[in-house]
Amino acid sequence: MSRPRTAGVAPTAWAALAGNPARFLLSSWPFRAWAYLAGASVIGLVTFVGFFTLVVIGIVTSLVVVGLFLLASIPVLFVALGALERRRLAVMTPGQPSLRSPHPATTEPGWRSWFRQRRAEPLPRRELGYGVLLATLLWWIDLVVAFNAVLFLALMALAPLIAHYDEFVVLGWAADSPLEALPIGLVGLVVSYVFFAYVATALAAAQVALARILLGADQEQLEQRITELRRSRLDLVDAFETERKRIERHLHDGVQQRLVALTMTLGRAELDVPEGAGLDLVRQAHGEAEAALADLREAVRGIHPRVLVDHGIEAAVREVADRMPIPVAVDITLPERLPAPVEAAAYFVASETVTNVARHAGATTCRITGWVEEDDLVLTVIDNGIGGARVGAGTGLAGLVTRLDALGGRLQVDSPAGGPTRIRMECPCRIDP
Amino acid sequence: MPDRSLKVVIAEDLALLREGLVGIVERGGHEVVAAVDNADALVTWVHNDPPDVVITDVRMPPGLSDEGLRAAARIREEHPQVGILVLSQYVADAYLTSLLEAPGPGGTGYLLKDRVGHVREFLDSIDRVADGGMAVDPEVVRQLLGRRRDDGPLAGLTAREREVLALMAEGLTNGTIAARLVVSEAAIRKHVGNIFAKLDLEQGTDRRVSAVLTYLRG
Repeated sequence: MSRPRTAGVAPTAWAALAGNPARFLLSSWPFRAWAYLAGASVIGLVTFVGFFTLVVIGIVTSLVVVGLFLLASIPVLFVALGALERRRLAVMTPGQPSLRSPHPATTEPGWRSWFRQRRAEPLPRRELGYGVLLATLLWWIDLVVAFNAVLFLALMALAPLIAHYDEFVVLGWAADSPLEALPIGLVGLVVSYVFFAYVATALAAAQVALARILLGADQEQLEQRITELRRSRLDLVDAFETERKRIERHLHDGVQQRLVALTMTLGRAELDVPEGAGLDLVRQAHGEAEAALADLREAVRGIHPRVLVDHGIEAAVREVADRMPIPVAVDITLPERLPAPVEAAAYFVASETVTNVARHAGATTCRITGWVEEDDLVLTVIDNGIGGARVGAGTGLAGLVTRLDALGGRLQVDSPAGGPTRIRMECPCRIDP
Repeated sequence: MPDRSLKVVIAEDLALLREGLVGIVERGGHEVVAAVDNADALVTWVHNDPPDVVITDVRMPPGLSDEGLRAAARIREEHPQVGILVLSQYVADAYLTSLLEAPGPGGTGYLLKDRVGHVREFLDSIDRVADGGMAVDPEVVRQLLGRRRDDGPLAGLTAREREVLALMAEGLTNGTIAARLVVSEAAIRKHVGNIFAKLDLEQGTDRRVSAVLTYLRG
């Protein structure tokens, strides 16, 4: 995977360390590393102090219940530390995506609900491990390095000033006047900078690697997350299906029935109204009501056909086929009814493709075949037309591909120019995320 | 208009349509002895006082699947002489199959609900069913014919024979077909003879509609 490059900065700290030294020393990496280490030492110290403060206060006040609450909150300290450290990684990983949290997303906004939710969750062992490492070991190593870097650079920079008041000695090289101290200071400044730049960057990079291992979501959690995503996608498809059914039922039981009743009334009126202009108007009204009914029926069919709900794929596809202007052979044999989203996907693939065939393919025959093959529903539509069909070419097929995708299925379109067109849909018969 | 009054029981769960049906049937001069909204009530009514014709929706409470159809099958079993006219929202093979599988002295009909608005034809269908004949929706027949378009024997029919076949499948008598196509009844008889010969069907006048439909369904 390619990562966006920040101008002039090597993509990772390790790459910068291994690369051209001059470039490394002039880059922002040494400063980033220093900032990271300085931050780590402060945070580690605060964690260390905070942990013992909480434990001590917690034990002392445990008699008045508050203490128990404090003690129970200690794991959250580590969770908060982990969250902070994941954010701080950005200092050392510019331009890279941030580390995924191993915790599930919070369900409500605000830090209170965050606290409540995290307290109820088990503390990941790796996050605890990172906190303990940082609070006991890493923070003072980082502090030593960060502090000494500043100390040495400051000393070397101030060498002439120090020599003015006192003797300035570095590794047996003594100077007691500012002029003598100047070259020592300059050389020392460069050497210290180079030394601490490499040490600090290496240390920070190592700590970043450690943090990435201990604070990121592990494989199992990632898989769980994928499962959750799949499930939510299926839920969406399902909700979509339910909503379509609801709309269909509404139209079917409401508007459509009223229109049918209207045609009945008009039909009766035709028998009773005497011949003349009045009867002509009634006949016209009857015709218009029937046209409205036909339009509505067509619309309902596109939303979710009732015959699909009642009788399944074969009957619904046969009904579509029977309405086509070209002969369409239907041969669908399924051992049982399939889950509603699968049936709907198959039906709409068949109906969409066969409509396209009738409209654009210039075909004279078409065959729809459906069967179950190793837990997969397979549906093929083959015509003898001119070919050249594509999924994205303004057809409704693109939406169907998305729908199938969510169900774990796929759609293959084989349509060379000159034909014939073969469409093959595969979709797992069972829906389990 | 028919000059006799039939006893009719209507079963339809949607009040609006039930009322419309009652109005149309009464307009035809028939007596609606009961208009019910579920299949059980229909069976009970027919059991207590068998009418001439039953008009029932396929889908009815409680299950809203094919209760009407199952009620029709029970009625056919218990009172074979009662004519049964089934109304459905859409063309479904399964409905036609179960209707064809229940022959009896009583007539059988399968119409789409939309057809009821064509009052004259609907009343004709009731008459045919009451007389022990068949009434099949033209849309159903059209789809059946369309399905067999490029098959062997059917392709051998002339355009006129095809027209006659479609009207036969709807359940019309030779006389009615002749009137529809504005030709003599003798001409229709000749066409019917040719059709039966070409399709290799039994030349019986008794059950010719179901024979034709069964043939068309393949």
